[in-house]
Amino acid sequence: MNVLVCVKRVPETGARITLTPDAQEIDTSYLGFTISPHEECAVEEAVRIGQAHGAATTVLTLGPAAAVEQLRNAVAMGIGSAIHLETDGDWGPEATARAIVEAVRNGGYDLLLFGNESADSGGYQVGIRVAHALDLPCVTGIKSLKLADGVATVRREAGGGWEIFEVPLPAVLTVREGINLPRYLSLQGRLRAKKAAIVRHEPERGAEGLEKIRLSVPREEVTPVEILGEGAAAAPRVAELLRGVGAS
Amino acid sequence: MILALVEPGELSLEAVTLARGLGPVEAVLFEGDADALPVARAHVVEHERLDEYAPEAWADTLAQLVDRLEPEAVVAAGSDRGQEVMAYLAARLDLPLASNCVSVEPGDSYVLTRQRWGGSLLEEARLSGSPKLLTVAPHVVAPEPASSGEEVEVERFTPTLSDKDFRVRVARREQPAVGTVSLTDARIVVGGGRGVGSAEGFALLEELAALVGGAVGGSRVVTNLGWRAHTDQVGQTGARIAPELYIACGISGAIQHIVGCKGAKKILAINKDRDAPIVARADYAVIGDLHEIVPAVIAELRR
Repeated sequence: MNVLVCVKRVPETGARITLTPDAQEIDTSYLGFTISPHEECAVEEAVRIGQAHGAATTVLTLGPAAAVEQLRNAVAMGIGSAIHLETDGDWGPEATARAIVEAVRNGGYDLLLFGNESADSGGYQVGIRVAHALDLPCVTGIKSLKLADGVATVRREAGGGWEIFEVPLPAVLTVREGINLPRYLSLQGRLRAKKAAIVRHEPERGAEGLEKIRLSVPREEVTPVEILGEGAAAAPRVAELLRGVGAS
Repeated sequence: MILALVEPGELSLEAVTLARGLGPVEAVLFEGDADALPVARAHVVEHERLDEYAPEAWADTLAQLVDRLEPEAVVAAGSDRGQEVMAYLAARLDLPLASNCVSVEPGDSYVLTRQRWGGSLLEEARLSGSPKLLTVAPHVVAPEPASSGEEVEVERFTPTLSDKDFRVRVARREQPAVGTVSLTDARIVVGGGRGVGSAEGFALLEELAALVGGAVGGSRVVTNLGWRAHTDQVGQTGARIAPELYIACGISGAIQHIVGCKGAKKILAINKDRDAPIVARADYAVIGDLHEIVPAVIAELRR
């Protein structure tokens, strides 16, 4: 079996987001970089499938030269090989999906894992676009995955309960945080990752119909906070507030 | 004309409200009732195999309606299904999709504002394509119900669907236990963070939630530590809640968490630290140790 997991390098934003003067990007001068929690879980899931089913595992990213850091982190977690689609600038979901399709079309992957949505742009569509172009079934937002006899049985949350899908492989699955608890990087893993060979391509950027004009930080609604009191003495006022919203 | 995918619930009403700013709206319904919708016409989808949710079949149905009705735009809620079906429609029609819009200016191309980073950043963007495809960010647009007297003209529509449209279809469901209040429906949510101290510490919050008919949630720290199941997470990678009151106990208020709870009408922060970010975002605050305050509140409610 052959498993691919796709990740995206994003800044580790702190309590406040600051933009570059031209309002085109987040000012990342003082920020580290990471991948989204959904994608961390997708990488962990791929590693576990690799171990349980003897599957070959590959991590792919589309992004700047520096995104090699995110590929190496995935290899340090236990992924076997890495593909870097090296690009300039902020690619949207249409161009990203097209480039991924070109890169993986002949890869013979049985399972293609994505995060449910990227942390930064949050378009909720790259996995589905890739699945459509490759004519594969796709289930989004999964929080549990079992593989047996060439069929993936997956569960996702819906209305407080669960929806269960069964899809034959090959398939595309987009993962939500909560499917597993990702492991910490081991020293051995980091050493192996340092030496890992990374296959590099430079895809052509295709046309896109959603064009970024500028970014802005939303105005924070400054509602004055009413301090109801300190410690247990504030309990009567909290109870009053709760009764006010119809606490039974 | 704007075609709107309508699911039962508040989020679709928000999406229809935004869509009405772009032109006359016609709704597409796979389930639920068209009567109370603020639209002139509703296309009610009927197909023997659509008794269970199948995202590709829904998208194919929308594509057939797009072909027949030639709408200027197709709009859906930024719900799980809304995002999913619209992404399939976009892939199928080879068109761009703008997700989580908060406002849209009509025109040859739409100039719109959409959420990034779960709403902690906004992007102004130009959307082209025919039809324009977009989803509406949850809990941003104030929903306007139909004014009384508006009649909805209902038309039945039976799409032509193939086996392939049903290759992804809900095989079975597990329903929540009877009597549980779900995070996204609760009128009151009691949330706990690192300050709760342990998995056992949540018994206190459970007791308060049970007393007020609410649900218990937790921050990402708490679900990563295994103190609560991930299904209880309130945040960018968990549930987006919109209760009447959110009580944040021992939660500092990282962006990741605020994104999940800012739909709450009111926030009460219970925190030792007067300067915690959650206190600045709250409407009410009690400063002190939640392990003293919550039991006192429970005692007060029981009096």
